[in-house]
Amino acid sequence: MAIADVAIIGAGAVGCAMARRFALEGAKVLVLERGADLLSGASKANSAILHTGFDAPTGSLEHACVQAGYAEYMAIRDGLNLPVLETGAMVVAWSAAEQAALDGVEAQALANGVEDVRRLSAAEIRAREPHLGHGAREALLVPREHVIDPWSPFLAYLLQAKALGAEILFGGDVASARFEGEQWALQTPRGRRRARVVINCAGLYGDLVDRRLLGASAFEIRPRKGQFVVFDKAAASLLRTIVLPVPTERTKGVVLCRTAFGNVLVGPTAEEQQDRDGAATDEAAPRALIARAVEMLPALEGMPVTATYAGLRPATEEKGYRIAATPDRNWITVGGIRSTGMTAALGIARHVYGLYEGMGRSHAPAAAPEIEPMPNLAEHRPRDWSEAGHGGVVCHCELVTRREIERALTGPLPAGDFGGLRRRTRCAMGRCQGFHCLARLAALTEGRFSAPLATPPEAA
Amino acid sequence: MSAPVIDVEVEALVVGAGPAGLGLATRLKASGVASVLVVDREAGAGGNPRHCGHPPFGLREFGRVLTGPAYARRLAERAVRAGVAFRLATNVVEIAREGAAIVVTTTGDDGVRRIAARRLALATGVRETPRAARLVSGERPLGVLTTGALQAFVYLHGVAPFRRPLVVGTELVALSSLLTCRKIGAAPVAMVEEQAGPQCWPPFMALPRLLGVPLRYGAKVVDIVGGPRVRRATLAHADGASSEVACDGVLFTGRFTPEASLARAAGLTMDPERGRPVLDAFGRTSDPRIFAASVLDRSVETAGWCWSRGRAIADHVAADLAGRLPPP
Repeated sequence: MAIADVAIIGAGAVGCAMARRFALEGAKVLVLERGADLLSGASKANSAILHTGFDAPTGSLEHACVQAGYAEYMAIRDGLNLPVLETGAMVVAWSAAEQAALDGVEAQALANGVEDVRRLSAAEIRAREPHLGHGAREALLVPREHVIDPWSPFLAYLLQAKALGAEILFGGDVASARFEGEQWALQTPRGRRRARVVINCAGLYGDLVDRRLLGASAFEIRPRKGQFVVFDKAAASLLRTIVLPVPTERTKGVVLCRTAFGNVLVGPTAEEQQDRDGAATDEAAPRALIARAVEMLPALEGMPVTATYAGLRPATEEKGYRIAATPDRNWITVGGIRSTGMTAALGIARHVYGLYEGMGRSHAPAAAPEIEPMPNLAEHRPRDWSEAGHGGVVCHCELVTRREIERALTGPLPAGDFGGLRRRTRCAMGRCQGFHCLARLAALTEGRFSAPLATPPEAA
Repeated sequence: MSAPVIDVEVEALVVGAGPAGLGLATRLKASGVASVLVVDREAGAGGNPRHCGHPPFGLREFGRVLTGPAYARRLAERAVRAGVAFRLATNVVEIAREGAAIVVTTTGDDGVRRIAARRLALATGVRETPRAARLVSGERPLGVLTTGALQAFVYLHGVAPFRRPLVVGTELVALSSLLTCRKIGAAPVAMVEEQAGPQCWPPFMALPRLLGVPLRYGAKVVDIVGGPRVRRATLAHADGASSEVACDGVLFTGRFTPEASLARAAGLTMDPERGRPVLDAFGRTSDPRIFAASVLDRSVETAGWCWSRGRAIADHVAADLAGRLPPP
């Protein structure tokens, strides 16, 4: 088997953007993902906000990557049919102390090159968001903070890489690896592969992969759990703008925003835990989030909850990104990418390609590949159900058609498990959580997944 | 959208072809309403009884005991004979007002259509409260579902979503789920109820005993663990103790809630306590051209009760179309 120029470990947000960047630059790319589908780890759960970087540490690598990632997303999104819900964000001060801190937030935004921010008085907040709670004293408006579909972009990036010849191995956990001076020999359950350079984008397992394969890690992952609550679509008419709290040292705090899918989201919590796998919700946290959401937006009182979910952010002992090359071992580590990673991914990929060039490597860039436009999942643009021949609606709550399900199960990168199908289509993610469609989905996905939704009955 | 023109105008449009909607539409036709159209998102008319493969249905309507699917078929046939028109496998995506008419936008395999109606009756029924809305803690493995989904697995597709589920709840529907489990050879590991006693007529609780399913009152599921399938659940008991139950599924039964998303999206005034639109004595919502056959004013109702409720609303709709209903 031919030797890859780079092996990217992990098909999360960062890994997918990395695969796209290296493939576009002309490298022969191999992606090794331990899960059955992309976005199986930290990347599957986030707040889906496209950040301007107004509150990133000024001059940091994170700041640079967020802004580069934002710019590139806006530049390529039309060609890939990726949505942007143009909401803007308000950092809202609910107390005198928070109001006093707004000056600092504004100064940082200006220092970070986000120059279109402006202050809103209580009356201006009311005019913009009439349903917001009356305790809002003042706000900083950040007009270019937006909401996106948090999954489709990364599928698009991986499809582009694949169209340029990348090999993508799911169930490809790297069990062992040996550096042979010029190249790495990587052992996976799906066979041995060779690559000249390894890029560790393993997210929650970044430190373990470094330790296991490279011998040492410069950091330790301390998983930070974030729980979210999703309100019914009826809530979406109550809010236009993303509502951000005045940040504290520890966390960006609880955000209230619409989603691209027409719901309202509140979260995340920030809880440190040991376990890297289990992103479990607990009853108290959603209750507290709902209470906080109702304080901010009183009309949410009694609004049905569609879903709760939890995600793990790969935090480390330091706040910043942990990106470093180990040139004498042909290795690059991309670690500690937390919630800004979704926005920053494209920027991180460019930065890492720069590190790769710094290792004396380069290729002849490829032409951008033609891939089919991504299916649109965003509510503010026409969905598949609006075009005839869709085979009927399978998931009633999210109006997912049979054609969408079938498309997600075929093509160059079909869904590898039920989670992957949900992320590609939104099926079973609505208010009934599968009361109506789960059995239908089991039939449509029969024989496709290693963990099937149903099995034949046993004789009674 | 591809087809913004109105392609049919009717006197009365009924959304939902369950027992209430079918009772309503059939009665409307019998009262002389010229054109009655029923839309339903499922491919077959009949609603939830379509996938309740067990008796007793139909005592009130047909004077005999039927299984759910047989009952659903009979109700649908009766509506067709009465001259009710159907659009099945058709989802309502918008309810709008244009002049005197209610205009309902739908989508089906044939694309986007618009139906103008003088009166609209919502008979969208109920569904169970799923795990997410109950805020039950834990991971998100395969095998967590509601009784409605289980019935569809078993009676519509003949497959099993689990073998050893934990059954949560003791409403009547929980007992029906024990019978459904038997159809696929699944053996529930336990039945748990948060309250101190059963939520159905107590003698019914002989069924889990008969089937050898351990029953625990005052026990609440507080954690679900697994991946890709459910491995275990943690119970918190009334005395403060907790215990773990090994299982490969968790079945959340009952806690029915109105399927009121269309009413919400149409901007009708909602009753937050009941989770359905505010109704007057004639079943009218805050838009007097829109009626709702609310079937959840007590607890969950039988199909027969829903059917009579639909018929009662039909009389009000027919009176209104004839100008005989008092103004709201």
